[in-house]
Amino acid sequence: MNFSEVFKLSSLLCKFSPDGKYLASCVQYRLIIRDVNNLQILQLYTCLDQIQYIEWSSDSLFILCAMYKRGIVQVWSLEQPDWHCKIDEGSAGLVASCWSPDGRHILNTTEFYLRITVWSLCTKSVSYIKYPKACQHGIAFTKDGRYMALAERRDCKDYISLFVCSDWQLLRHFDTETQDLSGIEWAPNGCVLAVWDTCLEYKILLYSLDGRLLSTYSAYEWSLGIKSVAWSPSSQFLAIGSYDEKVRILNHVTWKKITEFEHPVTIANPKIIVYKEMEKSTRVETESLAFPPARAQASSLFSTQSKYDISQVPVTLQYVKPVTDRANPRIGIGMLAFSPDNCFLATKNDNIPNAIWIWDVQKLKLFVVLEQLYAVQLFQWDPRQPRLAICTGNSKVYLWSPAGCVSVQVPMEGDFQVLSLCWHSSGDSMALLTSGFLEVWKSLQPHFHYMNMI
Amino acid sequence: MGDWKTITVPALSSASKIAYQNTSEKKMSPSSLNMQQVLCSPLPSYKSMHSFFSAFCTEENVEQSISYLNRELTTLGFPSLYSECKDKELNVVSVLNCMNELLVLQRKNLRAQEEVEIQHLKLGSDMDHLQNCYAKVKEQLEASRREIVGLQERDRQQQCKNRNLHQLLKNEKDEVQKLQNIIASRATQYNHDMKRKEREYNKLKERLHQLVMNKKDKKIAMDVLNYVGRVDGKRGAWKTGKTEARNEEEMYKVLLGGYEQRQKQLLVENAELKKVLQQMKKEMISLLPPQKQKPKERAEDGIGPVLSDMEEDAVELNKENMWELSCETVREQLTNSIRKQWRMLKNHVEKLDNQVSRAHSGALNGSDVISREDHELETEKLELEIQQCKEMIKTQQQLLQQLMSPCDDDDTSVLLQDCYLLEERERLQEEWKLFREQKKNFERERRSFTEAAIRLGLERKAFEEDRGAWLKQQFLSMTSDHKNSEHVKTPSAYSGSSDPDNQLMNFRSRQKKPHCLPSVHPSEDLCQTIQHIPPNSNSSVVLNKTTEDSKPKQWKGLNKAETE
Repeated sequence: MNFSEVFKLSSLLCKFSPDGKYLASCVQYRLIIRDVNNLQILQLYTCLDQIQYIEWSSDSLFILCAMYKRGIVQVWSLEQPDWHCKIDEGSAGLVASCWSPDGRHILNTTEFYLRITVWSLCTKSVSYIKYPKACQHGIAFTKDGRYMALAERRDCKDYISLFVCSDWQLLRHFDTETQDLSGIEWAPNGCVLAVWDTCLEYKILLYSLDGRLLSTYSAYEWSLGIKSVAWSPSSQFLAIGSYDEKVRILNHVTWKKITEFEHPVTIANPKIIVYKEMEKSTRVETESLAFPPARAQASSLFSTQSKYDISQVPVTLQYVKPVTDRANPRIGIGMLAFSPDNCFLATKNDNIPNAIWIWDVQKLKLFVVLEQLYAVQLFQWDPRQPRLAICTGNSKVYLWSPAGCVSVQVPMEGDFQVLSLCWHSSGDSMALLTSGFLEVWKSLQPHFHYMNMI
Repeated sequence: MGDWKTITVPALSSASKIAYQNTSEKKMSPSSLNMQQVLCSPLPSYKSMHSFFSAFCTEENVEQSISYLNRELTTLGFPSLYSECKDKELNVVSVLNCMNELLVLQRKNLRAQEEVEIQHLKLGSDMDHLQNCYAKVKEQLEASRREIVGLQERDRQQQCKNRNLHQLLKNEKDEVQKLQNIIASRATQYNHDMKRKEREYNKLKERLHQLVMNKKDKKIAMDVLNYVGRVDGKRGAWKTGKTEARNEEEMYKVLLGGYEQRQKQLLVENAELKKVLQQMKKEMISLLPPQKQKPKERAEDGIGPVLSDMEEDAVELNKENMWELSCETVREQLTNSIRKQWRMLKNHVEKLDNQVSRAHSGALNGSDVISREDHELETEKLELEIQQCKEMIKTQQQLLQQLMSPCDDDDTSVLLQDCYLLEERERLQEEWKLFREQKKNFERERRSFTEAAIRLGLERKAFEEDRGAWLKQQFLSMTSDHKNSEHVKTPSAYSGSSDPDNQLMNFRSRQKKPHCLPSVHPSEDLCQTIQHIPPNSNSSVVLNKTTEDSKPKQWKGLNKAETE
């Protein structure tokens, strides 16, 4: 177990490069590129304004920095540090920016979602796409990077446009039977596009690559509908999390529901393992304390150790009653993710914010429930193996795998509140982000030689 | 008034007689009844009346009758009949008055009687009327009671209905509440979205305003140092119809690829499932006892030829890798045949179950059926056996592993090696102990032997000396005296000692190199021990000491010799 030193960070902007060699982080208006192995600074770029978003190109040769306030995107090259590129949207403004899958085009979404401008780094051509939809997941690229699906809205109706990424030619344009489209996502095999409606209506539509409607699924009417959607890595299953605290799984052959997962407050089935995080108060022997106390010792005195204990079923989880008279209530399945080997599905029910539910996809049953002391902020699967990293806004990182789970104290002076984390593509290391600092945890394999193990 | 009863009043007029005739005579005294009867009877003649009236007073008893009448009248309150002045003189006036009074009284009485009779009649009719009314009212009461029961029943049913309707109403209300909640949440969501849109709209308006007002237009441009090459290294191409067609083609290729892959997977799955089904069918057929199938076959003889053909075809198809075909008929055949077999198997199992239950109750003693207890015993035995076998296998595996594979961990391998060494060392030590003991014994023996040999040598020396002395003595005695005997002894001691040396030299020459193994030759040890003696050539007392002192040295030497 190997924690690096602490580096400065702003706005939780930290990303590993897709090839796994570099780590990019931002401090105000500076972009710092580090080597992943020794975390030495390789490059340092200065942008014109405070950076709000960074993204690596798919071949890890370029990195874009978007500054929304000024409406500028700056692109830096890793091979040639002298190379520079600045895209100024001017009065059009900038709301979002992203790379195309080939790593040579940048798609800028102008303010008020007026249009999407496609800037090319290889030619002098510029393309404009009108009437993009103002929603969170409006652009989706297939995994192989060949096609792009874009949600549009004209005359109070939703449309989907499919583009070929190599030459930006419009392939298909069709309308969708949604009231107010709220998201689109390609299946990993690139053949099916899932389109789902606003939360006021539970409706998910499945379109084939050539624009045909394959199937529609609607579980119920009138109550609040879909909150989160996830495809399984093999494209076999589509998991839909909704506001009624259930996850429904559709299969790719008939596009019908094969099962639904419930998230009740009480778990009674004795076959389910429930890990509960407990605080372990360390006994302090006053005689062995040195005065003045060493820094590391001081911080460890006040930070509470925690470990996991297996609770006996039946277990009642902590339930937060949602405020019903507000929009976008904190109920339902807010987070949903499949493990990369397609064996597990991790979900979080916003009514029970301290718990993570892990389902066995082979048996389609609940496998493990992790109950934390604080509300779960983020969880992410290791890109290579079924290992889940969880952060709950305190100074610990939690790892779960079928072998067991462990809570690891992040060694740091003072209070290090882990707000976000991101895995390295090899699953070897992880970046832990807090509001102002970054720490990298290396050599995560082989795991479970750590303390506090179950 | 007894007399009054018996004596009728004849002075009544005929008018009253007629009146009497018309009235009823229920409650009259018998004498009056008589009178009434007499009066009701057809009008009596004047004569009979007179005769009747003359019964009281005749010409003889006029004065008696007058006095009697007077008496009666005065008691009734009438004035006296006699005149005041003269006694026994009839006061005609008072008599007439009295008569009038009596008439009046009679009339009054008759009237009263009439009235009473009328009233009586009235009451009678009233009574009848009331009785009728009572009967009617009773009937009405019964009817109303029945009605009440009926109404109560209806009331109960209505209450039931009412309760049900209340329940329905409650359910409907709940649903309405739920829908209202949903509507409320939707409304909040809508409002929220509306507000968001409005805010954005306002921002847009402001921006538009800004743009309109703003003279300076910030140029929208990209400033790049130099253009980067494409990822695939090719140049950009114009968008033409051809490229469109190409894109379509590619898209369809991707789709088709996806479908083909899925179809392949499904085919593989299908093939596997078909195999499994075939296997299951075979196993089911094997499970069923053969006689079951014969009657079935016989029954199907009628349809026989066709079916057998089909079966044959199926068999042939089976032989020709049927699972690669996926036509409808083959699938149907397979599923039908499996269903058939399954049904037969089910029947068979049911029969067995029945048999078992019967055997349990002790009625049947089927030879095919094993009682449950035996079965359980057998299974327990088998389980134990399996457990034992498993343990054996485990231990064997462990041993095998230990033997075969070298340990990854050096420590453990070293440990293991150490274990073996320890064992060997212990064994060696034990053997050494034995060896040492044996050696000790041999040493003792050796010592004793050496002592014995020395003693023997000494004794021999002594004997030789003695013999020599004796010979000398003999000789001397033959020639001279005893003087030389003492001097001869001491040098002979040394000379005697040199003899064993010579003997030792002989032994030494014959000495072989000792073997490493602890097979001890006492003679050799003897040689070796005595080998050390010449360097320490002293008296025999010292000899012993040196032998003892040199023991450790001996051992070392022995060890060395042994190890060599």
